[in-house]
Amino acid sequence: MWEGFRHFADTYLMWNEGPLIWMSDVLILLTSIGIVAVLTYFKKWKWLWDEWLTTVDHKKIGIMYLICALLMFFRGGVDALLMRTQLALPNNHFLDAEHYDQIFTTHGTIMILFMAMPFIFALFNIAVPLQIGARDVAFPYLNAISFWLFFFGALLFNISFVFGGSPDAGWTSYPPLSELAFDKGPGENFYLLGLQISGIGSIATGINFMATILKMRAPGMTLMRMPLFTWSVLAACVVIIFAFPALTVALALLLLDRIVGTHFFTILHGGNPMMFINLFWIWGHPEVYIVILPAFGVFSEVVATFARKRIFGYGSMVVALMAISVISFFVWVHHFFTMGAGADVNTFFAVATMAVGIPTGVKVFNWLFTMYRGRIRMSLPMLWTVAFVPCFAIGGATGVMLAVAPADYQYHNSYFLIAHFHQVLIGGTVFGMLAGMYYWWPKMFGFLLDERLGRWAFWFFNIGFYVCFMPQYALGFMGMQRRMYTYPADLGWGTLNFISTIGAYLMGIGFLFMVAQIIYSIRYGQRDLTGDPWDGRTLEWSLPSPVPHYNFAVIPTVEDRDYWWVLKQQGRTQELRPRPEEIQPIHMPKNSGRPFLMGVAFFVAGIGFVFNWYVLAVLGLLGVVACMVARAFEYDDEYHIPVEEVQHTEAALGRL
Amino acid sequence: MRRWRWLLLAALVLVTGCGPEYQVLHPAGPVGRTELRLIILSAILIGIVVIPVLVLLFYIVWRYRDKPDNHAPYKPEWSESKWLEVVWWGVPIVIIGILGFYTGQTTFALTKPPESDVKPLTIDVTSLDWKWLFEYPDQGIATVNYCEIPTGVPVQFVLTSDAPMNSFWVPQLGGQEYTMPGMAMRLWLQADRPGTYYGHGANFTGKGFAHMQFHVIATSQNKFDQWVARVKQTAPPLTKAGYQRLKQPSVMGRAAYSSFPKGLFNATIWAEGGRYMDGMLDMPGMSESTEPEGGAATGGTAAGAHPAGQSSASQHAAAGMKMAMGHGE
Repeated sequence: MWEGFRHFADTYLMWNEGPLIWMSDVLILLTSIGIVAVLTYFKKWKWLWDEWLTTVDHKKIGIMYLICALLMFFRGGVDALLMRTQLALPNNHFLDAEHYDQIFTTHGTIMILFMAMPFIFALFNIAVPLQIGARDVAFPYLNAISFWLFFFGALLFNISFVFGGSPDAGWTSYPPLSELAFDKGPGENFYLLGLQISGIGSIATGINFMATILKMRAPGMTLMRMPLFTWSVLAACVVIIFAFPALTVALALLLLDRIVGTHFFTILHGGNPMMFINLFWIWGHPEVYIVILPAFGVFSEVVATFARKRIFGYGSMVVALMAISVISFFVWVHHFFTMGAGADVNTFFAVATMAVGIPTGVKVFNWLFTMYRGRIRMSLPMLWTVAFVPCFAIGGATGVMLAVAPADYQYHNSYFLIAHFHQVLIGGTVFGMLAGMYYWWPKMFGFLLDERLGRWAFWFFNIGFYVCFMPQYALGFMGMQRRMYTYPADLGWGTLNFISTIGAYLMGIGFLFMVAQIIYSIRYGQRDLTGDPWDGRTLEWSLPSPVPHYNFAVIPTVEDRDYWWVLKQQGRTQELRPRPEEIQPIHMPKNSGRPFLMGVAFFVAGIGFVFNWYVLAVLGLLGVVACMVARAFEYDDEYHIPVEEVQHTEAALGRL
Repeated sequence: MRRWRWLLLAALVLVTGCGPEYQVLHPAGPVGRTELRLIILSAILIGIVVIPVLVLLFYIVWRYRDKPDNHAPYKPEWSESKWLEVVWWGVPIVIIGILGFYTGQTTFALTKPPESDVKPLTIDVTSLDWKWLFEYPDQGIATVNYCEIPTGVPVQFVLTSDAPMNSFWVPQLGGQEYTMPGMAMRLWLQADRPGTYYGHGANFTGKGFAHMQFHVIATSQNKFDQWVARVKQTAPPLTKAGYQRLKQPSVMGRAAYSSFPKGLFNATIWAEGGRYMDGMLDMPGMSESTEPEGGAATGGTAAGAHPAGQSSASQHAAAGMKMAMGHGE
């Protein structure tokens, strides 16, 4: 009995690994008990279920994505600090090789798939239906499924930290290293299944928002009148729909290799590891455009709003977005110029990669000239946008340098590369998502985030960023490779690594200020009573904050680009106020607990496959099928909000 | 690249101002130098776009700030300018055109030996968990975690792996190339001055990866020959059993061997990749047809002259085909 327990504790709970794991267990246990206790004490269980777990409202789903993204930002950030602490000094033994390998794997995977992705989905959900004058997304029920698949995929991935062991083959997870022959533990399975489950949700989100944008626009909202954020979401959705299936296939085949002994990517028996690397990057490169395009959209909104000026070269901006989404599929080989594809192939992909710089550069100039002859207010969203331009310009420049194939032989897998992609992913995606978060926060919650604390966060994060990553370019020229858990003292890498670590901690402090800012603002933040705190230009700012759950009491008819701004200029804002006689019963989807339960079923199946417990896996899959069958026979899934209720809500908001 | 020469020179002076620990900026051979020239050229070209962006940003944000006493023009509806947009679609296209041209030119050039009138040296490299095995097919010796090369002689590194994929990188001599199980890849490098050059695996291979350091020691041809003779006389042989021990995951220091089992390198490639190279065996004359330039120029020291290649014509062809997939061809 005791022996059995010991065996379980050592194999699955890793209690033989020492105090770090015990502490994590205790912390997780205490947090869980705390959450359960608070919910029980305040009798919030029903509220949690009715308002959140079963919701199909795009605004609430967006908020849940946002919370997850910030939590994962924290986890990924802690991983980063652990790594930087280990690398601060040569021959350091703060972490051993095994733990370091696990940490850089989870850091990369979490930041890309469980931080950046939910962050962009948060903004998709919060802004797109409001910007195009829709009452929800095209498929609200599917939207909830997407969220819960993401959530349980992320949970499955994260739970590996305290149950079974983390993956340790890098976020790129190249075979043969990630094959069973070299990587025996369940960690890699956690990676494969966590990504697979959340990836299904991502594809569904791509389809959902594409359908929403193409089919759910308000009358008069032609494609060329759409706000640029909505355009950027459309471009990103095109990329999601075509790129994610490649990842699905790659992960599925590698999983088959690992759990049933096929030989798609093994060294022996006809497998070919290079195929995985190709498939991975056929998804992987478009993926970075998936997370950067919506950031471009945010910047376009923010620049126009805070420079109080029309966006410069709207047509070019749209062409550039679509061009980037198309070219993104012709660059993947630049992740392995050194795999010997041949000079002709390398040249093609080098030039294609440089070509991405053209539309991107055009966008930067158009943002600059949107500000030109404007009136620039440096509120928090604009601050992050202005900081984005130099950061991304330098990051983009080093990207073009990396695209030069023969030069890449010298940069590849070095800290030059690390510095480059952090600069574009942080300077581009993270700055963009933070700008978007500050911008739409009042729309989501009805209050603004505190400026003063926000500025502290901004400066710590920004200065920290440069202190952290500029030295890494130099380290690349010194020949330092990525993914080394330690390095010798005689190569002269010590000083710059130490500086870089200081920068990482400054960024960490910046994040803490952001947390403080959010907590402080919940209590003391300025309330947004007008619904238009930034003097906005697009339809979402014509609505009260927070937005009533049916969004528009009466669907507006759009006559121009930046329609809300035009109406304000012409003193016609009353036209977007509902008139009582126009209000009709509003057709809405019903909440459903099934997307949540389906997520749970996927999670159970995931655990089953991770540990090769096939009974559990089959039970989980049966649960998934049961959910789908139940949905197929569900007829009563919508309802109408009566006119009186809409009138009552609008009157309470002072809009009637 | 003549037109850029003066700019490149100025930049070269600038970067060599950095200390010797900036290995990529202090190349010790023609391959590294070519790559450095391209690095500098690309940095200058992108500067043409990036510097105006930075200047414009600071100017515009300052000039058009929202302050009551700011009298700069405010044109909220001004949002189109054909010729401005032509400029910033056009200039980057021209820059990418120039950079793309030199990129292509250099990419093709690096597939050939740096100096064509000197007989190259071939070294077969196998990355193992977590060490590097160097075999000298012509000298018949082998080393672990270091190799010696003569200066002024192009060295053809033929790369494979008998462990997860790695990458062979000697920053001061030139860029890297992957080592992959079941494949033979080719990387040309050359050292012009004597020295000990740091090398390291650049693609993560697990627990011992951080310790996969090796050195390339460049000496004069004379000293190199003496070293080979010394290794032949004093070092123990590498046996098949010895190789199996070497293959076990471990971290180790340097070692040298006076001989190695005949055909070891090709057998390693064959054992791990032969099965998925089936289709290639049916193509007759592959080993010749893939070497139109390199093979002729180097007097046939490429795949065809491998001692290990004697085993069978078909293995030969397979290795030849795979080698053709180095940085070029």
